[in-house]
Amino acid sequence: MAEVTLSRRKMLAAGIAALSAPALPEVALAQPAIGRSMPREFNLAIENVTLNITGAPRPAVAINRSVPAPVLHFREGEEVIINVANRLRESTSIHWHGLILPSGQDGVPGISDGFQGIAAGETHQYRFPLVQAGTYWYHSHSGVQEQAGMYGPLVIDPIRPDPYGYDRDYIITLSDWTDENPHRIIRNLKRDPGYYNYNKRTAASLANELARAPNGQAREAIIRDRMMWGDMRMDPTDIEDVTGYTFLVNGRTPEQNFTALYRPGETVRLRFINAGAMSHFDIRIPGLEMTVVQAHGNNVQPVAIDEFRIAPAETFDVLVRPTNGRQFQILAESMGRQGFASASLATRDGMPMLPLPPHRERPLLTMADMGGNYGPKGLDRGTPRPEVDRPGHIAPMEDMGGMDHSGMGHGSGQGGMQGMDHSTMPGMNHGRMPGMNHGAPARGAGARPSTTGTPAMDHSNMPGMDHSNMPGMGRSSSLASDPGFRLAAATLPIASVPGAGLFRLAQASQGSMQGMDHSNMPGMDHSSMPGMGQQGGQPPRQQRQPARPTQQSTPRRDQRGAAPSAADHSAMGHGAPGTGQVGQVDTSAASAHAGHGGMAPPDPFAVNTGAPPGTRVLTYRMLRALSNPYPVREPNRVIEIRLTGNMERYFWAINGNRFSEAQPIVLNLGERVRMRFINETMMSHPMHLHGVWMQPQVGNGAQNPLLHTVSVRPGSTLDVDVEADAEGGWAFHCHMLFHMETGMMRKVEIRRQPRVASHG
Amino acid sequence: MRRTTHAAALTAALLASMVGGASAQQAASQNTVHDPGAHGPASHEVYFGAVLFEKLEWGVGLNGVPNIARWDGQAWYGTDYDKVWIKTQGEVERGRRAENAEVQLLYSRLIGYFWDFQAGVRYDPRPRPDRTYGVIGIQGLAPGLFEVDLQGFVSERGDLSARLELSYDIYVTQRLVLQPNLEVNVAAQRVPELGVNSGFNDIEAGFRLRYEFTREVAPYIGVNYTRRFGEAAKYAREEGGKAEGVEFVSGIRLYF
Ligand SMILES: [Cu+2]
Repeated sequence: MAEVTLSRRKMLAAGIAALSAPALPEVALAQPAIGRSMPREFNLAIENVTLNITGAPRPAVAINRSVPAPVLHFREGEEVIINVANRLRESTSIHWHGLILPSGQDGVPGISDGFQGIAAGETHQYRFPLVQAGTYWYHSHSGVQEQAGMYGPLVIDPIRPDPYGYDRDYIITLSDWTDENPHRIIRNLKRDPGYYNYNKRTAASLANELARAPNGQAREAIIRDRMMWGDMRMDPTDIEDVTGYTFLVNGRTPEQNFTALYRPGETVRLRFINAGAMSHFDIRIPGLEMTVVQAHGNNVQPVAIDEFRIAPAETFDVLVRPTNGRQFQILAESMGRQGFASASLATRDGMPMLPLPPHRERPLLTMADMGGNYGPKGLDRGTPRPEVDRPGHIAPMEDMGGMDHSGMGHGSGQGGMQGMDHSTMPGMNHGRMPGMNHGAPARGAGARPSTTGTPAMDHSNMPGMDHSNMPGMGRSSSLASDPGFRLAAATLPIASVPGAGLFRLAQASQGSMQGMDHSNMPGMDHSSMPGMGQQGGQPPRQQRQPARPTQQSTPRRDQRGAAPSAADHSAMGHGAPGTGQVGQVDTSAASAHAGHGGMAPPDPFAVNTGAPPGTRVLTYRMLRALSNPYPVREPNRVIEIRLTGNMERYFWAINGNRFSEAQPIVLNLGERVRMRFINETMMSHPMHLHGVWMQPQVGNGAQNPLLHTVSVRPGSTLDVDVEADAEGGWAFHCHMLFHMETGMMRKVEIRRQPRVASHG
Repeated sequence: MRRTTHAAALTAALLASMVGGASAQQAASQNTVHDPGAHGPASHEVYFGAVLFEKLEWGVGLNGVPNIARWDGQAWYGTDYDKVWIKTQGEVERGRRAENAEVQLLYSRLIGYFWDFQAGVRYDPRPRPDRTYGVIGIQGLAPGLFEVDLQGFVSERGDLSARLELSYDIYVTQRLVLQPNLEVNVAAQRVPELGVNSGFNDIEAGFRLRYEFTREVAPYIGVNYTRRFGEAAKYAREEGGKAEGVEFVSGIRLYF
């Protein structure tokens, strides 16, 4: 049991459960530095251990005999030396996930400059300076060792205190443990991609559905839907590839109930890290609002939410303020609803876990997920030579059950914002709302970046708007707008902080809201509008009587893909974020969708956790970077990153080529490229790029968040800008471990010499 | 260097698969997924394999149809694209030697999202005289989720024939699976010594209801209907068999 103090604030440590066999000796972790100029040195030893999570002792791979690995606690600005001793009988490696460091220190065998892994029995020395702060993690980048236990949290204290205060600080490392040999899992998936799916649609469930159907039409629709999936030879219940997982918080099962202590009224920082190999989690703390303050290690404008989804490899830091002394349950439900990871917030340790709630309904894939935005083909692939798709990688569009994509507005890959006509919405003045950035105006080819507009929001000119759901604005009950919430002004000289200007604006706008009585504003509700950060198409949190413009009374997109009406903004053409032509009304595309079963390019940012209406669910659109080290500029090229693969044979690819047969994506040092992710598969892929930040074009201009991993949902298209400012070889891959292992990976090579692209 | 290892492993797996499911599974599990750790993630092709015995069954014939033991299995090993494939099937009547038996050794290449192209040789030790064929075929998943295996054969004597196998898995519940299947054999010419008819030779259709205790082990019961046509029926009768018959079958499906 290793407990490592995390913060120089009052307390506390993330409890690191060492679950390995009884009384293992601890390995010395860190020698304190003598003076700041000396690099601090850490020793890590990789070993095979036996781990007992489920009642059966199983082989695992551990760092310093602990799963998760011990917390590495660094300080911004210092240099560290980390000696990694490989006591396995196979090669290993450690990658510092999210850290900006020289390629040679990044720890990916065969990709990082000069690094071929750490051979069995050898000790490898990493040495790098820490040029950032925040919550990160580290893990093996060799084979399937990560799934076997080789992952741990990494926290870097900032030089200057974070612009938000808190009293306690906990790491919540989520992970998925399986008793099965990870190699065996791959083999099972290869011979039967439905091997782990015991939630298939069955004859029994069909009979059930038919019995519940209200009328003949509904029954017909049910049958037609089944036949369509059959024709496509796809499985709408294929949400998680692998089951049989036990979900852990800091290595503890729900029954072992990891407990974060608090005293009533204290503000607690929870650093969520998804170190799961294959699992997305939907996270909520019933009874508590969460204020997201950091995403992927980077501070963001505080945003109050009720729930968020965390993809593998992502990290989010949230603040909570439990007040009444009761025990709160931190619930992380796996996306496929196979289980919970859970922990407690309580005033004393050792309480039994609260009973787990029933699972939410399992999501089903929709035709939209399948038929999504196939986008253009043949953009600059970023490779020295143009690539040719290999047969068998690409979903066979020609026999997709008679579905017609021609009307879907994705042929050009610019299909944003069709069907939205803001001018018909009374009472809204979008001209005054640049910060809200509906679909990123003026980001299309040749247009000016939207950030030239005044970022300040003048809400006083907008009658009848419900601000309660706006990101970054907070609600009266939220920490973000709480006077006691220590914002930057109180703790540090703003002017000296990068991005301080933005911060001041945020404060100003918040201030201007305080005099407003939002609850009395009639009529408008933005919760169903894209760009407002609400979950796509969610009904408003608060019910309002007065007349709502018809364009806004949008039906929620049904989980089964029921037809969104032409007025449903949530389902309409946000497929290519930040590239749409605003103001163009294109209803033909929308009606075309309705014409064949409600297919529409899915909103790449929509997150449907199955939460009840009105729940505030975090989306990337709500994330606004507090500081952005990069100038806002147009990318000099667009690189198409098509996420492809063969679900039937279980292998995955990028642009139709698996890693083993693909060429590196070559970027020129100093250029800004736009990676256009086009997910042609039916699964979400959290795409992780090493070495440089990714800036998803969520429509927040200069405040677009800086992420190390972007989750690309099925069938969607997502634009991500990358400043290629780090020379060398970098890994670029899906962070679903078995997707990466079976081919969804590339090398990105950032070269100093500009190269003439050899393709047109 | 690795290639030779793979070749050895391949041979081992294939041999094992000939011997039986369980040992094949061991061979496969030891040799299939090489730890990529030593070479960086997925930097090389991953080799893997599997063994499937769709039928290992005993059929009790009705109305004087003889009782029959039947097997139908396949095994493969290779990469996502290129595999070596073995197929075997046959029938034994009680108290007699193998009435029908065949083994195929095929090279298999993924040519589309759902389809493999396969080519190789087939050897039939039974019925006598034994015979060798060239095989060309396509195997995969057709729209509607039908498993399809379509093969054309040319014998060492130049005789042409073809076979279509279709099956469909109806998941009644998550573990109870009803599988209708159909096999049709046609030939371009008569081959009297093998009892082969010109045109349709036989149709075999059945329903098998299996319970998947695991994906690997699934016992089943079912009904099998066989019908031979024209001269094939005549040959069958001359051999003391029947042109048409129904059996109740029980058996086990193994998939490792
Ligand atoms: Cu993936």
